Amino acid sequence: MAPAPATSYVAVSGLRVSARGPDGTDFDIVRDIDFTLARGEVLALIGESGSGKTTIALALLGHARNGAAITGGSIRVGDVDLLSLGATDMRALRGNRISYVAQSAAAAFNPARTIMDQAVEAVCVHRLMSRAEAEAKAIGLFGELGLPRPENIGRKYPHQFSGGQLQRLMAAMALMSDPDLVILDEPTTALDVTTQIGVLQAFRNVVRRRGTTAIYVSHDLAVVAQMADHILVLQQGHIVETGATARMIEAPAQEYTRTLMAAAHPAPAMAERGPVASVPLLEVRGVTAGYGRIDAAGTPATPVLRDVSLTLHRGQTLGVIGESGSGKSTLARTICGLLPPARGEVLLDGAPLPPGLKGRSRENFRRVQIAFQNADVALNPAQSVRQILNRPLAFYHGLRGAAAAARIAELLDLIQLPASIGDKRCTELSGGQKQRVNLARTLAANPDLILCDEVTSALDTVVGAAILDLLADLQRDLGIGIIFISHDISTVRAICDDILVLYHGHAVEQGPRDAFTQARHHPYTRLLVSSVPELRVGWLPEAGSAPALPPVSASVDAAELCPFLSRCDTREAGLCDASFPARQRLPAGNEILCHFADQRLAPPAHSQICAT
Amino acid sequence: MTASPDAHTQGGRQLALMILGRIGASVVTLILVALVVFAISSLLPGDAAQEALGQSATPEQIAALRQEMGLDRPAYERFGTWAWGLIGGDAGQSLVANMPVGDIIRERLPNSLILAAITTLVAVPLALGIGIASAMNRDGRLDRALNIATLSMVALPEFLVATLAVLIFSVWLQWLPSIALVPEEAGVAELLKALAMPVAALAIVVMAQMARMTRAAIIDQLDRPYVEMAVLKGLSLRRIILTHVLPNSVGPIFNAVALSLSYLLGGAIIVETIFNYPGLASLMVNAVTSRDMPLLQACAMIFCAAYLALMLIADVAAILANPRLRNQ
Repeated sequence: MAPAPATSYVAVSGLRVSARGPDGTDFDIVRDIDFTLARGEVLALIGESGSGKTTIALALLGHARNGAAITGGSIRVGDVDLLSLGATDMRALRGNRISYVAQSAAAAFNPARTIMDQAVEAVCVHRLMSRAEAEAKAIGLFGELGLPRPENIGRKYPHQFSGGQLQRLMAAMALMSDPDLVILDEPTTALDVTTQIGVLQAFRNVVRRRGTTAIYVSHDLAVVAQMADHILVLQQGHIVETGATARMIEAPAQEYTRTLMAAAHPAPAMAERGPVASVPLLEVRGVTAGYGRIDAAGTPATPVLRDVSLTLHRGQTLGVIGESGSGKSTLARTICGLLPPARGEVLLDGAPLPPGLKGRSRENFRRVQIAFQNADVALNPAQSVRQILNRPLAFYHGLRGAAAAARIAELLDLIQLPASIGDKRCTELSGGQKQRVNLARTLAANPDLILCDEVTSALDTVVGAAILDLLADLQRDLGIGIIFISHDISTVRAICDDILVLYHGHAVEQGPRDAFTQARHHPYTRLLVSSVPELRVGWLPEAGSAPALPPVSASVDAAELCPFLSRCDTREAGLCDASFPARQRLPAGNEILCHFADQRLAPPAHSQICAT
Repeated sequence: MTASPDAHTQGGRQLALMILGRIGASVVTLILVALVVFAISSLLPGDAAQEALGQSATPEQIAALRQEMGLDRPAYERFGTWAWGLIGGDAGQSLVANMPVGDIIRERLPNSLILAAITTLVAVPLALGIGIASAMNRDGRLDRALNIATLSMVALPEFLVATLAVLIFSVWLQWLPSIALVPEEAGVAELLKALAMPVAALAIVVMAQMARMTRAAIIDQLDRPYVEMAVLKGLSLRRIILTHVLPNSVGPIFNAVALSLSYLLGGAIIVETIFNYPGLASLMVNAVTSRDMPLLQACAMIFCAAYLALMLIADVAAILANPRLRNQ
């Protein structure tokens, strides 16, 4: 690292951004923000939602969202005082001296225009270079960010790329003008961990190589530890703590910073296993499900789940984990009857459930409830909490009037919300409160099984941790079975009794949690675990330098072979590219879909898989 | 619209299949419309023979004329003959004018098409301009003014607009003729002068809807993250709307335009009547009053076909404008 120049390159002092509330009074979104940043350094803004981190990041581009306005302070970038600029001068700066990488590249790229049109647009509008020069530069940057076949990218449209690729493309777009300052707004939050690690690596390389000055907004301390020289922790619009990355990670001075760190890495719950009944609460036997026409062999045109089996006992939690598109939500939809399986069956207390919604009785419905990922969308915004809870009470239990009111009071107590919340609409509730109401609705049915589909994924870590505690309490008190679907393996390892790892619809590994603290795993599980950023400086260079994959014969995509073959680092020519692997049980009790069972499945020395 | 730019690719083939399917569905729709029009018109009291002979005719005279016109045959037989003729390109014989329906329509259709075409040329650019200007000044003064203007355009009945226009421009100012009669060998200037008021009256009716839908379609996009991204790339609002938002709003805008334009053939009846313009809509009304079934049917089929064609064009344009659908 070059020594910091004497004068700061970016200087923010007394920054205040205000907005008008629904009651007509002005309030500050952020206030008294002071920081400086030297040339070539990366500063991370970190905090929960509502902490104002994105607001500050956007203010550095002279932009404020939704009627908010920058109402005080000063921002200096280089020798320009940003807030004294008029609209035209401000525009000339954006996409030119200061550029932006948006949180969700999938939404921030215009779906109707080609990648090249969008990548070169800013530099062409600002007359920095000709279109031909810009295209050549863009192709160079695509390559620098590790995108395959950069010369063919330009003519394509955003929908032809994956989320990770789009995020790289957006970074390339931001670097087109060789900006003095790049704002990265949660650029990897929407990605799977296995994708995130590659994108982080690409970002880090390009930022280091070009000596880019950057501001990196994130809620994830572990990610930030890999990217930033300095960290600034925000809470509700003001600065809690700021300092060099290593110091902040090793010795956080403030309580709030410690809370953030703790919430990011939940400690395993020490629930002891109770006696297990002989008949499991839920059993899924060889389920294949998907979309489209089902052929004679019982395989749908677009299979999503392939031959998945699992068992769940009363009072236990099964964690289902996998990346997006692995079939996690489809598994929940199949169990609750929204998607009838093409093959296989679902048994509840040993009795087969009718495959689709049509055949199921009201009692079947009552016993299996599903809590959807996004409570914002799952709850009717026109109804009050009371109305939302009344419906299942009347439908399943025929409760009305005073009896229903009493039960609602009980339910609200159960989910630890005040009774006064019953008359509010969900739109007036916070994200965490909404998710509690969402859970209360499933509890209103007195279910035996709750399918929790990413119920904490949209929440901040601290709020999400509280929901997880609530789930654990409910399970202990009510003895229900929970299927907990998540993409976050640290959460799953912390709270689940059993774990099922899905990859492309195949259950590649399943077993008790204890087995997941052992050394030997399916190569995909290993990849998943080793991709979760660790809260220490220097993790990324170690973990990100993946060795080249062993060679196999060309037909790696064949459907009759191991689903993970194309990404596997343990694969062996002549075996993995020749036949479908068998399911086998490792000594620790975990069952894997792999050709190997020996020491080759142990992780490399530097990334210890064991949960603490 | 059957050939797409990438007809050799998978997407092109799918698009061609879609268009073929839509044309098939349109044929079915046309048959159903013909049946409905036929059924409704046979519910009308009286028939062409009675209308032609008037109140004083004896039942024998009417029966004789009926037989001559073929009206004594059962309804399904008459419908069958008519439909069979239409497939062969013969729309039948007008019962009243005693000449082929095709000839009558051939005389009127160009008038309607000219009126519709000029109105389209005037109304569509104006409407898009108003819609885009409104959206760019969302909730500003210009937006509110245009909003009031388009609302009143929707609310004002066209006969009032047309009559007021005649009163002002023909009676008081004497600038424009009150009757839109275009001489055979009229030049462009005369044509425009003769059609100015009918075009204006029609344009006011169809413009408002298009402008409001354009504004809504653009504003629907303005809160999308890609618009904020464009702002943060330092683009001007005008450039953002024209190069980023419009390509994404083409679908709904084209649909609104097609819906509004489909009004221009059949819906021109009031304007045609007030300005005494010899178009298709007034021809159809005459056909109803004189119970001239073959003519009525032919007009209905033309209006329906024009509507279906416009909708198909709008849908195909929306697909071609969307890369996700185009390259599927």
